[in-house]
Amino acid sequence: MNAKKATAAAESLDHAAADVRAPIAWKFPIIFGVLAVLALLFFGLLAAAGKRTTFAFASSGDFFAIPEVTVPTKLTGIVLGVVLLALAAYAAFEAADRRRIPAWVMVSFGIVFVLSFLNWAGGDTGRIPITALLAGSLALSVPLIFGSMCGLVGERSGIINIAIEGQLLAGAFLAAVVASLFSSPYAGLIAAPVAGALVAVVLTFFAVRYWVDQIIIGVVLNVLVIGVTSFLFSTVLTANAEKWNSRQQLPNLPIPLLSDIPVLGNVLFNQNILVYLMYVTVILLQIFVFRSRWGLRMRAIGEHPKAADTVGINVNLNRVANTIFAGAIAGLGGAFFTIGSGLAFGKEMSAGQGYIALAAMILGKWNPVGALAAALLFGFSKNLGNTLSAIGTPVPSELLLMLPYIVTILAVAGFVGRVRPPAAEGKPYSTQ
Amino acid sequence: MKLELRGITKVFGSLVANDDINLVIEPGEIHALLGENGAGKSTLMNVLYGLYAPDGGQILIDGTERRFTGPGDAVAAGIGMVHQHFMLVPVFTVAESVALGYEPTKGLGLLDLNQAREKVREISARFGFDIDPDAVIEDLPVGAQQRVEIIKALSRDAEVLILDEPTAVLTPQETDELIEIMRQLKAEGTSIVFITHKLREVRAVADQITVIRRGAVVGEAEPTSSEQELASLMVGRDVKLTTEKAPAEPGEESFVVKDLTVLSKNGTVTVDNVSFSVARGEIFVIAGVQGNGQTEVAETIIGLDEPHAGSITLEGTSLLGKSVKKRLDAGIGFVPEDRSTDGVIAGFSIRENMILDQYDREPYAKGLALRPAVIREKAAEKVEEFDIRLTSIDDPISTLSGGNAQKVVLSRELGRKLSLLIASQPTRGLDVGSIEFVHKRIIAERDAGTPCIIVSTELDEALNLADRIAVMYRGTIIGIVPGDTPRDVLGLMMAGVPADEALARYRDGSGATAVSAAAKEEL
Repeated sequence: MNAKKATAAAESLDHAAADVRAPIAWKFPIIFGVLAVLALLFFGLLAAAGKRTTFAFASSGDFFAIPEVTVPTKLTGIVLGVVLLALAAYAAFEAADRRRIPAWVMVSFGIVFVLSFLNWAGGDTGRIPITALLAGSLALSVPLIFGSMCGLVGERSGIINIAIEGQLLAGAFLAAVVASLFSSPYAGLIAAPVAGALVAVVLTFFAVRYWVDQIIIGVVLNVLVIGVTSFLFSTVLTANAEKWNSRQQLPNLPIPLLSDIPVLGNVLFNQNILVYLMYVTVILLQIFVFRSRWGLRMRAIGEHPKAADTVGINVNLNRVANTIFAGAIAGLGGAFFTIGSGLAFGKEMSAGQGYIALAAMILGKWNPVGALAAALLFGFSKNLGNTLSAIGTPVPSELLLMLPYIVTILAVAGFVGRVRPPAAEGKPYSTQ
Repeated sequence: MKLELRGITKVFGSLVANDDINLVIEPGEIHALLGENGAGKSTLMNVLYGLYAPDGGQILIDGTERRFTGPGDAVAAGIGMVHQHFMLVPVFTVAESVALGYEPTKGLGLLDLNQAREKVREISARFGFDIDPDAVIEDLPVGAQQRVEIIKALSRDAEVLILDEPTAVLTPQETDELIEIMRQLKAEGTSIVFITHKLREVRAVADQITVIRRGAVVGEAEPTSSEQELASLMVGRDVKLTTEKAPAEPGEESFVVKDLTVLSKNGTVTVDNVSFSVARGEIFVIAGVQGNGQTEVAETIIGLDEPHAGSITLEGTSLLGKSVKKRLDAGIGFVPEDRSTDGVIAGFSIRENMILDQYDREPYAKGLALRPAVIREKAAEKVEEFDIRLTSIDDPISTLSGGNAQKVVLSRELGRKLSLLIASQPTRGLDVGSIEFVHKRIIAERDAGTPCIIVSTELDEALNLADRIAVMYRGTIIGIVPGDTPRDVLGLMMAGVPADEALARYRDGSGATAVSAAAKEEL
């Protein structure tokens, strides 16, 4: 009762400095403004007049054929530029009122900016294959998504997993070899998670048992996996490629009806089982991380392991189990490089995707759906680079190849806002 | 449930934390475990709770021996514990926190949070707690977090509840509420082990008192014993609970803070339009419950934080915009709040820690080179002067006890001519003997004419040292009162009651707390 009276008394106090408030966050309005002006200028006003851009949606075997859309390049560029300016102005207006800029503004700004860029880039050759662009983006995102799910389960349990790269590569390797030996891509699908889990076993053994710095052991594991797979590749696999490293591909399993939806249906639902597994993994994790006993305990040992210990949860056992399970997820992602894409195993074919997966996890704020969105963004930017250099644009292809990494740096450095990793990640736990 | 500990011994390396401890807790009693910091109370309770395996001895419940391999076993046996540092996940909701480890599920391992919420509501209602099951832990004040911990223990049907230093984080009023809760629990038949080093509280609430010193039981006492008797038993010699000091002779007001406003990184106001001034030869205590902006005031003065508005002036020159180093050069001595992270570098030797902020100036350095001989000589002098107990000044400072490490920090900060001393929580975690010493040194510094700012959450310390006391509440100074203001008035102010109202309530008697009432009976 005393406390209540006290609070009321305190609130009635005059705060002479009531007008002191946080400084206005101008970061986004300024970035948006600059980008909008650049887009209006370069993609609109300075675009060559008289050219036309065609957006193509068709792909083979479409049930509903969508006609191509052709627009005048310059006029469209100007219109999109003006839309961008309007969005930037709205963002500035919100910021001046110290409100958070709504997510839809950010998302629409991103989409319109990309459209305006595509419109301009397509102005030379004329045709932008939208469906192929999206399908390719999804394909490039699949290993990233699996990888970021792996990272997220590990870090939410308190174990930093830098070895995602190695787990992807190990998964790709074992999937290719086993699939080739049994002449069945599905055999490879079973083997891939085992490879990822084995890497995780080594990681947790050193991290939990011997308290080795988790970042160091992760990096070492990546190098180890590269070394082992490269060695086996150049000795065993190349010696008898027919037996050990023949190409096997998971067949596409179109889902009836859903796959007939125009544009997106073909992109999302005419895929192999690995992609469907990816959907299931993300959805299940989103539910189970936040709403299940397993998830509650996982988050507890990643945030405050001692609190978990005092209610009888075995911290280290749970950490080990979760990290190994996460490793299996990453291994599955690695399978996409080989059996998922119908390729034979090649040296270092994971090519740094494991690190980008970590970035996606951070950008997604350790949240499965967030990480999914971030991974798709990275996949899209990479595929955009590929597509544009294929159709030929005014931009040098070397610059386009840098695109995904620039997006990664910008995303992780600036756009993600305040990130809050699990409090106890990377810290070994012991009771005494 | 009768709980008995027989001959419990626990050894960490060469340190005997518990030495053959015997303890009997009768059903439905409040049993206080009294001892200084580091006496081994928490270790004993962690053994009882299954967190540490004992090196010897038995735990008996209702006469049969039990072995706990982990906290889960202890909980199953009906033992609940509220740790000094709460075992709550900051990002969880109350319901999630209570569910953790004993999750109600509805198939497939999915949580049945409704059931958890119901449990929270039911126990809240039974004890009159006002706890929202969907509130997020980190948004709750510490008092409420503590209640969540109690709910957690009760939801698992604890028959013995261990409270480890439960009042360390509470205002006097919250302490009162906690004491009320303890009595209520006792009435329902729950036994309580109340671990503390605060004498007043023990006398207010305990049925039985066991005193522990250096890992061993040194005696039992009745709650009717005087504070002086308890203190002597706890420390092992006669101690003075208050430090003698001459009346202050304030000189000119050489340090002035005006309209200071500080924002945290995420834009919330942590210090709200604070103004005060400190005179030479005066001790100005900033009191208040932890987290009401005191830390930020101290850090802004030394320059770790830049203010959003306002001015800070020392001897006529503004400190704003100056680097920490410049401010140290201007003669500010700073004893940081968290000794282990901000006060010393654990891996450095004691003598290196003694010159952390003076290593590059005379007499410790000449040009680019350190002068090891001078450093050793001065270090030896300081060890002598501050009575620091150590084996060698070349040992890492992590080998020292908290009290001795704090003396090293003080010897560094007080070892030169100061124009201002800021000490945050200068006696946190120290034993009674060290506290006495630290207080004496601070008073000596005052008598030498230095303006002193002491930030403290301990009312005893504030009353013992202060010439004037400012109480901070939610970033504002709610009032500046003389150093001899009654405890209860300060307690009310710490809960946000303005000074005149607090004084009025004190006079008509409605502001008294159970703890202070118990203290009065003695007089």
